[in-house]
Amino acid sequence: MASRSQPSRRKGRGRHSPLPGLPLTLTVTILWLTILLLLPLVALFAKSVTLGPGHFIEAAFSPRAIASYRLSFGAALVAAAINGVFGLLVAWVLVRYRFPGRRLFGALVDLPFALPTAVAGIALTAVYANSGWVGKPASALGLHLAYNPIGVVIALTFIGLPFVVRTVEPVLADLGKGIEEAAATLGAGRLTIFRRVILPEIFPSVITGFALAFARGVGEYGSVIFIAGNMPFKSEISPLLIVTKLEEYDYAGATAIATVLLLASLTLLLLINLWQGREHRRRAA
Amino acid sequence: MSAKNKAVSESFATRLLLILAAVLYVALILVLPLASVFREAFRHGVAAFAGAIAEPDAISAIKLTFTVAAISVPVNMICGVAAAWAITKHDFKGKSLLISLIDVPFSISPVVAGLMYLLLFGAQGWFGDWLLAHDIRIAFAKPGIVLATLIVTLPFVARELIPLMQAQGREEEEAALTLGAPGWRIFLWVTLPNIRWGLLYGVLLTNARAMGEFGAVSVISGHIRGETNTMPLQVEVLYNEYNFVAAFAVASLLAGLALVTLVVKTLLEWRHGDQLAAGGH
Repeated sequence: MASRSQPSRRKGRGRHSPLPGLPLTLTVTILWLTILLLLPLVALFAKSVTLGPGHFIEAAFSPRAIASYRLSFGAALVAAAINGVFGLLVAWVLVRYRFPGRRLFGALVDLPFALPTAVAGIALTAVYANSGWVGKPASALGLHLAYNPIGVVIALTFIGLPFVVRTVEPVLADLGKGIEEAAATLGAGRLTIFRRVILPEIFPSVITGFALAFARGVGEYGSVIFIAGNMPFKSEISPLLIVTKLEEYDYAGATAIATVLLLASLTLLLLINLWQGREHRRRAA
Repeated sequence: MSAKNKAVSESFATRLLLILAAVLYVALILVLPLASVFREAFRHGVAAFAGAIAEPDAISAIKLTFTVAAISVPVNMICGVAAAWAITKHDFKGKSLLISLIDVPFSISPVVAGLMYLLLFGAQGWFGDWLLAHDIRIAFAKPGIVLATLIVTLPFVARELIPLMQAQGREEEEAALTLGAPGWRIFLWVTLPNIRWGLLYGVLLTNARAMGEFGAVSVISGHIRGETNTMPLQVEVLYNEYNFVAAFAVASLLAGLALVTLVVKTLLEWRHGDQLAAGGH
């Protein structure tokens, strides 16, 4: 998910492409995006505006809504940080070492992209609830992993892992060993080389993967609701609060919270794009 | 191991430790949950599993899931190819805005996506009165499920094809044009063979997400049993009824689909990695 397409700026600039099909394909594209994406987005913002600022703020920033943002953003942050460390470890092992089952291991990392979120949700609950394979020994130690904010972090950790691994992997693979050899010749130890030579090169990609995982985690619903416990003010994520509002036919309340989430996602997307554009230019230079 | 190699690699013990840590992490986070799906599905034997799958509600959920995918995957495939053609084979103003727009559905929460369609097509929505007057049902019906699936799977094909076709350039198509080939033939005979593996890759990811989507579909579907419940929604319904064997039985079918997706995806990456877009998915 990490590859960013950069529009070709050199080829064909200043002249018209002689190839046919632009009117047809561009019309199809614009219709496709308008019906599926733009019109629904306008409907959401229009509904927010009709609420009026007072009503909007009251609905979007009620104590219960604020508690849900705190959980959604906080748990996504913690999960993305965990994956920042362990995703880097997995990417490192995949790129640098050869061991039996490496390809299977590499293929498995994409499981969260392929497994439906509801399936992930009930599966994680089965493993981490107090009767599960991991939950049982943990609860014997007094650590309860499901039906609380820890459960939310676990679900978001599952969802976010491939974002970090798949973003760091190609950068790590492109990193030549010449610079490491030079550093070793100068007498640097392995840990120093990692810290001073390798990490600065791959750190921007770790940040990108972290941000992608975080952005995905904030809006995640299916994998979380089974393991979260869903107690208002305690373990209720923002997307669930939207669903609850809808079930109460409180469309205004649902829309206000959804608008806050949407603006946050769009801001994150913009920041990630700017960051990646900068990285592309830096690496190309 | 030579001294030079030793300087740029870790000791055997360090390597072993790092590999074990990575494998343990992936086992805890990914493998155990996957294994638990099948364990729970077959907890009471094959007969209980088969009985749960043969339930009329389960069968209608399976049918609906395949129907929704059969409609939404081709639509996003055709529109994704059209978008990639316009963006990579032509120059026009606002191109980078278009590319950014295609990315947007990935960052929208599925629940928010579902809500947006309710605001358009629900009883209180923009088109609510008109739809009611013409007796057309979109929200809480199958068309709404298809729309919700379309928006969450919108980017996959286009995002795979755009970088791929950009890297391939326009020379081959321009040569075909010089030889007098019409546009559709240039696409079928020149472009399509170049992008077929990338296209298949995008379609594979689109299909996996289309069959597995939960949040967006959940909001717009209205959860009508035997009518608007897709497989993931049926999993939730059964699970909330404490019918765990049945819930995990339906879930295991979806997990099987995910495994098939991963196998085909991995095969595509091994065999045709050079004909896929650079970078990971």
